Amino acid sequence: MYIAVKGGEAAIEASRVLLAAARRGDPAVRELEVMQIREQLGLLVDRVMAEASLYDPELAALALKQARGDAVEAIFLLRAYRTTLPRVAATEPIDTAQMRVRRRVSAIFKDLPGGQLLGPTYDYTQRLLDFSLLGHGNQGSPEPVHANGESISKMPNALDTLADEGLIEPSLPSDGDPPPPDITRDPPVYPLPRSARLQMLARADEGWVLGMGYATQRGYAYTHPFGGDIRFGAVAVELVPDELGFSIEIGEIDVTECQMINQFGGSATVAPQFTRGYGLVYGHSERKAMAMSLVDRALRADEFDEEVTAPVQQQEFVLPQGDNIEASGFVQHLKLPHYVTFESELQLIRQLREKHFSEEEGK
Amino acid sequence: MIDGYNFAYLDERTKRMIRRAILKAVAIPGHQVPFGSREMPLAYGWGTGGIQVTAAVLGQHDVLKIIDQGSDDTTNAVNIRQFFARTAGVATTERTREATLIQTRHRIPEAPLTEGQVLVYQVPQPEALYKLEPRRSETLKLHACEEYGLVNVKLYEDLAHWGRVETTYDYPVLVNGRYVMSPSPIPSFDNPKMHRMPALQLFGAGREKRIYAVPPYTDVKSLDFEDHPFHVEPQGHACALCGCTTSYLDEILQGEGERLWTCSDTDWCREQREAA
Repeated sequence: MYIAVKGGEAAIEASRVLLAAARRGDPAVRELEVMQIREQLGLLVDRVMAEASLYDPELAALALKQARGDAVEAIFLLRAYRTTLPRVAATEPIDTAQMRVRRRVSAIFKDLPGGQLLGPTYDYTQRLLDFSLLGHGNQGSPEPVHANGESISKMPNALDTLADEGLIEPSLPSDGDPPPPDITRDPPVYPLPRSARLQMLARADEGWVLGMGYATQRGYAYTHPFGGDIRFGAVAVELVPDELGFSIEIGEIDVTECQMINQFGGSATVAPQFTRGYGLVYGHSERKAMAMSLVDRALRADEFDEEVTAPVQQQEFVLPQGDNIEASGFVQHLKLPHYVTFESELQLIRQLREKHFSEEEGK
Repeated sequence: MIDGYNFAYLDERTKRMIRRAILKAVAIPGHQVPFGSREMPLAYGWGTGGIQVTAAVLGQHDVLKIIDQGSDDTTNAVNIRQFFARTAGVATTERTREATLIQTRHRIPEAPLTEGQVLVYQVPQPEALYKLEPRRSETLKLHACEEYGLVNVKLYEDLAHWGRVETTYDYPVLVNGRYVMSPSPIPSFDNPKMHRMPALQLFGAGREKRIYAVPPYTDVKSLDFEDHPFHVEPQGHACALCGCTTSYLDEILQGEGERLWTCSDTDWCREQREAA
């Protein structure tokens, strides 16, 4: 008679050793450096920072190395580190009109103040595999690019002229300009204000937000979107220290911002005007920022008295389920032992079947 | 103890926030108190709520026991025990009667708990009504108005359809005559142990960001009807190792259709064998 009731501790230790070996891969192949990940897998690093809500490219690269490239595992590692950090202060709101823009496109005007600036984008590559990248070592670096492709001057938002004319809802703080809740500290109480919803969307799983946003385009809470202003670049982060009383710049972060223009609102008392959907994420991800702006707009149904017909309009559907760390953990907890609860189900189903067959016989 | 982290991992301000939530939970037995659940270095769904509650109430002189499925040696229990051994350096034990603090998943120990002990449950889904009403903004109102018609109808439909309640674990309870509460996915076999338990029972749901509690000697009644009182179905087997017939048993497959049953509570099983 053999019953495996002991041995968990040794098995866990052995598993950790195997994991370390699997992470390293073939030792004959040179080990990846964190800085290589940071510099050459930048979009992946950006995603990890965005969904971990921590702007630190080096630690995000380290997390990716440790996680063997699994984005969700890397996000998990970085979030678990983030949670131990003290909250020193809240920064001033970033000003994306003052962005050092590396890319800005607007789909609503052929030309506009600041112009269309393509910058680095996969949009016009032809998606042919470049086999020269297979080569080992020196396939030559592209010519270094200097600031010629970068707008130094202020780049006003494409929506500003519409706002000046009153054609689009103004972008104003909520009544009384309350400080936004911190979704990583305050438990969510639904319905959440838009400031909390945007925080949750900014760190939500990219695939989930993409699918939700896509659903609005396929008729589930359709919102007539136009890509008003999509931009990527560096913005200054400023802080007002208590002892100074004025703001100082503490650094710069890269962000992608999308302002979507959506269908009219209006009523007997309010003139028709365009409405907005907003997306902002760390790093460079137009896919995420644009999808986020679609979902943000769909979640504003109550503001515009829109009928709620699709899951994407329901906060309690979109937001908690979009957190990939929570979702990944809970889906995968089904790996944990459940033999106690399963045994209770076994007992029940046996009794129910016994009853079923004895009743059959009695007929 | 591991360097670079506070005692029991969480910083003291976070622990204070959690302890405040616990105090509120103790003051309103069975009521779910929202708290600022932190992102823990263990996966959501793997005990982050229980771990935070344990970290918040753990002291240097506590003796900690961690069980999963009644056993100290299941992988996740081992992992959590190692976590606290590394981050808090507290004494750990596998013996129920020696522990001052027990964190559990899916079971209540067989040995009766005593005053001064604390039992911390890992809770996947604190909302007892969520299968009937998934919107937490609505269930909040149902609890506030003590409107438990939904769950009573569910129990009634089970009785009409199956002749019995079709819930074998996470069987809802009424706490202190007021709040319907999820006991966490313990088998309904364990429900009666919660009633007027001398130990403090704390429940942590990390992903769902809720804490609730049952203070010592509080009434905990499994939901039922007068003409269909709650009862525990006996499993009808004895433990193959210690012979116990009153404990909850795991079913173990032996190949060729053979099976045997052993105590799910491994420390209880050890006690029975040593006493024999």
